[in-house]
Amino acid sequence: MVKIHERKFVSCDPEKCVGCQTCEYACSFNKEEAFNPIKSRIRVVRENQVVNMAVTCRLCEDPACIAACPRDALTQSTETGIITIDKDKCNGCGWCIEACDYGAMMLHPETKTVYTCDLCKDKADGPQCVKWCPEEALTLVTSDVLAQKARISAIKKLFQEKGQP
Amino acid sequence: MLGYAGKVLYVDLSTGKTRTEKLNEETAKKYIGGIGLGMKLWLANSTAGVDPLSPQNPLVLALGPVSGTMFPTGGNGHAFITKSPATGAVGEAVSHGTFGAELKRAGYDAIILTGKSERLIYLWIDDDSVQLLDASQLAGKSPSETEDAIKDEIGDYYVRVASIGLAGEKLSKIASIINEKTRAAGRTGLGAVLGSKNVKAIAVRGTRDITVAKPEEFMDMVRDFHERMKGPSTQKYRTLGTVENILVNNTMFCMPTRNYSTAHFEDAEKVSGEALNEKYVSKIIACSSCPMRCEHEAVVREGPYKGAMARIEYESLWALGPYTGVNKLDAIIKAAELCNYYGLDAQSTGVTVGFVMDCHEKGILTHDDLGGIDAHFGNADALLQLIEKIGKREGIGNILADGVKAAAAKIGKNSEKLAQHIKGLEVTGYDLRCLKTAALSYAVSFRGADHNRSSAYAVDLKGKVDRLKAEKGRGKLVKDLEDTYALLDSFIVCKNARGTFYKDLQDMAKLYSSVTGIDMSVEELAASAERINTIARLINTREGLTRKDDTLPWKVMNEPIPDDGPVKGAFVTQDELDLMLDDYYLSRGWTPDGVPTTKKLKELGMEEFKSIVEPKEA
Repeated sequence: MVKIHERKFVSCDPEKCVGCQTCEYACSFNKEEAFNPIKSRIRVVRENQVVNMAVTCRLCEDPACIAACPRDALTQSTETGIITIDKDKCNGCGWCIEACDYGAMMLHPETKTVYTCDLCKDKADGPQCVKWCPEEALTLVTSDVLAQKARISAIKKLFQEKGQP
Repeated sequence: MLGYAGKVLYVDLSTGKTRTEKLNEETAKKYIGGIGLGMKLWLANSTAGVDPLSPQNPLVLALGPVSGTMFPTGGNGHAFITKSPATGAVGEAVSHGTFGAELKRAGYDAIILTGKSERLIYLWIDDDSVQLLDASQLAGKSPSETEDAIKDEIGDYYVRVASIGLAGEKLSKIASIINEKTRAAGRTGLGAVLGSKNVKAIAVRGTRDITVAKPEEFMDMVRDFHERMKGPSTQKYRTLGTVENILVNNTMFCMPTRNYSTAHFEDAEKVSGEALNEKYVSKIIACSSCPMRCEHEAVVREGPYKGAMARIEYESLWALGPYTGVNKLDAIIKAAELCNYYGLDAQSTGVTVGFVMDCHEKGILTHDDLGGIDAHFGNADALLQLIEKIGKREGIGNILADGVKAAAAKIGKNSEKLAQHIKGLEVTGYDLRCLKTAALSYAVSFRGADHNRSSAYAVDLKGKVDRLKAEKGRGKLVKDLEDTYALLDSFIVCKNARGTFYKDLQDMAKLYSSVTGIDMSVEELAASAERINTIARLINTREGLTRKDDTLPWKVMNEPIPDDGPVKGAFVTQDELDLMLDDYYLSRGWTPDGVPTTKKLKELGMEEFKSIVEPKEA
């Protein structure tokens, strides 16, 4: 059984994200040895000039991508939650892409198989996007820590507004 | 030759035919990219005396060797180069965002548009596939609307678009080319050139990998520059932004106000960068690959201009505010939004409105001439109404849409004395009467009144020289700054990041080599910088410009600064200008008439152009 404090994923704070795409370049360079956003595991969305956010795999508890794959090409690590794609099984049909609510599953332009964020599991210093993000908008966190942060900031705001220490 | 895509795309809009040519490595190294490569390609593909708005005038879109890489601010720029319809001289402007990086991934270093399409089209570049698609449904749309419509039509929301608004379609000589809604290749009327070719937009999708020659060395540089970008050299841009200059320049009495009537705005506090940030800046966003992020997005949340949104920089704020006497920030943001909507250069538009107001105050243009617009200095409604007229070329706007030089020629009545421009390009937010190094730099700038060819104003403002004195030595100062700036615009890296190049030439030479794999020494790079400024002068010489065009606006040379303060009475005399011009030409190795010598061309390996200078050298 996975403990709640073990399953981390890359989360983006839209308040901090400026849409600079540094994460995309860092990711594609690390994974593909090239600067090419369409090969990045994390993508930036600039919905309009003031709404910017980077999105990548959320390592869902019950991943729709895995459920959607008819060829059992996708598996999830019970420990880390990372989704692994068996390139021999994947035929690039794209059902997982459709199933993912976050657009975090992508089709590789050359191998024609799907790929997603693996938290740079081979890198000692963790996800390269987090490391490079100049705004510290990206963090590697668990859902529980996100909830903790939200609670703390809500309470801070409440007591600031009430003018209490 | 990594970094470069190695390919130049030629598009003949008259026939619809396209072809590509290999980018010659020697040319690439000699002219680097961006404006340098663009001017070389323009000169090679045009004939002397070409009409800027004719099909024969090529419009070059050029990228730099670092475009598309992760280098901070370097990955994202693009430059347009042509003959300006406003000045008849070099027309060029650089813009940033994500468009340039996308175009590099599509596989091109430059695109040369020639001819004229029969009907309004947009160019759709999808890697190797280049198509001219019908744009009749886009006619009259703003650049922002055009971008959204093209993304919808193509069905890809990561397509990058640069386009013109109604002003460009109507061949306004102050029209810009706007990419990603709020970024503009603003100056010198490039939008009119695209409009004259019946091209509404250029849309790009590029899927290729960008790789560099020495990845480890390159990534070390990127890491280092990420740190530099967070340091003191970019602090201004990261915090208040360029709008900080409002109070700085006002304190120094060098902020032209009410069409250069004064050098100080009594309401500066109301339109300061501090006030803008406190009340209106909603978010600061970044261009692709930039850890500095400086684009201040201002949003009006209430009042008559509720919902207005625009990126605000010092120059747009100054031109639409103090220069027109308008002291309301919400109206200025609305004015900037309107400029973006019609695809107008906010700087030239503000200066043009200031000119009209001056004409009205002095009785040169009456209420009737203005179609009932109450164009007094400080009237925010008049500012907005005039921008609408200019954008649509309606009424008085039809005369104003070509900028102050052309407008004054049509209005007559000595109005040319109120038209503050150089070579036909409207002035920018530094009062040249009390910034004499800057005055020289503006006079010799190859694209007209322009702080961006050297930012020599900084030398004056920082007290490195006596800003009220014209003396020998200023020529060399301006030349050296121009050379650095030519490189910034050719690599292309952002000028707001100029301070992160602690050792200009060493840093840039190393960057060039690590990206391209081509050896580049500091000496070779210095020669390239000089070559780029020289080719600009060659273009202007070929197109008939001479020393007499290296001049200053009428008020700068005839109306001393009236404000009580440290620079009261300052202006620039012809003798002072002549002294500095002689000094500048000498430091460039040009003739006293400002013509590059055959000796200089030989020294720079530019003998192919000696036919331009030979008849004029004697």
